[in-house]
Amino acid sequence: MTDDNVVRVYVEEAPSQRREVEAPTDMGLSLMEVLKASGYDIQATCGGMALCGTCHIEVLAGPALDEPSDEEMYMLESLPIMSTGSRLSCQIRVNSRMDGLVLRLMPQMA
Amino acid sequence: MMKSVSTDICIIGAGPVGLFAVFEAGLLKLRCHVVDALPQVGGQLSEIYPKKPIYDIPGFPDILAGDLIKNLMRQIEPFHPTFTLGERVERFAKLDDGTFQLITSDGTEILCKAIAIAGGLGSFEPRKPAIDELEKFEGGKGVHYMVRDPDFFRDQRLVIAGGGDSALDWTIFLADLAKEVTLVHRGTIFRGAPESAEKVKHLHDAGKVRLVLSSNVTHVHGDEKLEAVTITGPADAKETLHVDHFIPLFGLTPKLGPIGEWGLELEDDAVKVNTLDYSTSEPGIYAIGDINTYPGKLKLILCGFHEAALMAQGAYKHIYPDKKYVLKYTTVNGVPTM
Repeated sequence: MTDDNVVRVYVEEAPSQRREVEAPTDMGLSLMEVLKASGYDIQATCGGMALCGTCHIEVLAGPALDEPSDEEMYMLESLPIMSTGSRLSCQIRVNSRMDGLVLRLMPQMA
Repeated sequence: MMKSVSTDICIIGAGPVGLFAVFEAGLLKLRCHVVDALPQVGGQLSEIYPKKPIYDIPGFPDILAGDLIKNLMRQIEPFHPTFTLGERVERFAKLDDGTFQLITSDGTEILCKAIAIAGGLGSFEPRKPAIDELEKFEGGKGVHYMVRDPDFFRDQRLVIAGGGDSALDWTIFLADLAKEVTLVHRGTIFRGAPESAEKVKHLHDAGKVRLVLSSNVTHVHGDEKLEAVTITGPADAKETLHVDHFIPLFGLTPKLGPIGEWGLELEDDAVKVNTLDYSTSEPGIYAIGDINTYPGKLKLILCGFHEAALMAQGAYKHIYPDKKYVLKYTTVNGVPTM
């Protein structure tokens, strides 16, 4: 099925276990909002302002995304764990160029 | 000696909804005591986004989160609420006469006739890095997630980890006090307040602070007390440093905490309530704001304000089952004082 306004992203829920999630590109949603709506347990305490770090994901494969802003990097570097693929999903606006993105949710250390 | 407070309603959580609940209770001449785990009022508005504008508070086209809290504090001032800040409510007991006793993490006792849980997403707890055996050194044995009393670190050897403003601020503050301060940051630059980053660089150049960039603290060592930490840098280069204290500062994250074990009916980490008066499954205990859930729940400050008003009515009826209450408008009667 091809639909101009939908991209597919894959969430790695366990090693070699990926779930396909459809994300509309025409609703101005962030990846955090799509993941939350798909049933993933994301707190998103700050509601999407790059201020709490609870929507931390790791991009594993797929198309290159726009560079993170300074605010996003500041929050990522303030977290106890971070990898080279770390992003805040609230700062990633869903667009047509991200079809095929593979990611996993980062554990919330506490 | 144990501190003890007696009040009508104990409000757990000093965020916007908890604060406004003081106002609504005050209109009914109910006294309130407010407890919060954070050292300041305002909840996440003060802790996470004090400088962000909010656009959906009725009557305010836009207002900074910090200013909303300031206004609420002014609004509830006539009712003289009392506060216990920096302490987390740990447990509750229902006494024989139907009133409640709450005990905080520091042992403060609060006796009250009703409880309003306005705990938001829970109490803010420090984020802990994933390092093996870190817990072994918690509780005064060398690992600290916040600086309560800077003087405690006088003439000690410290490693601070983190790249945020609190890591920078405490590095600057403790540089003069401690014997040795090493700041470990995983990044190559500091993106926080530029003045603080600049100051830390100066301290490093002057030999007062050691700055270790592109690195993480990965191991902690010691028997009874912390004795050393291992710092891992680029290309897996490891360095073991003898220290007295390790202070990881990676911000705060909310946890539901002990309220989750009070036996209240929960759903997805939120407290289930009856929208008639926002009562929980336990008579006399109410839940308002982000911490509650009901069909159609919206996590908005303005909804929390509404819930606070209905909760106050419910609490009044719970406390005075025989008194009849007549709704009075503040425009007609003014704000009663207590």
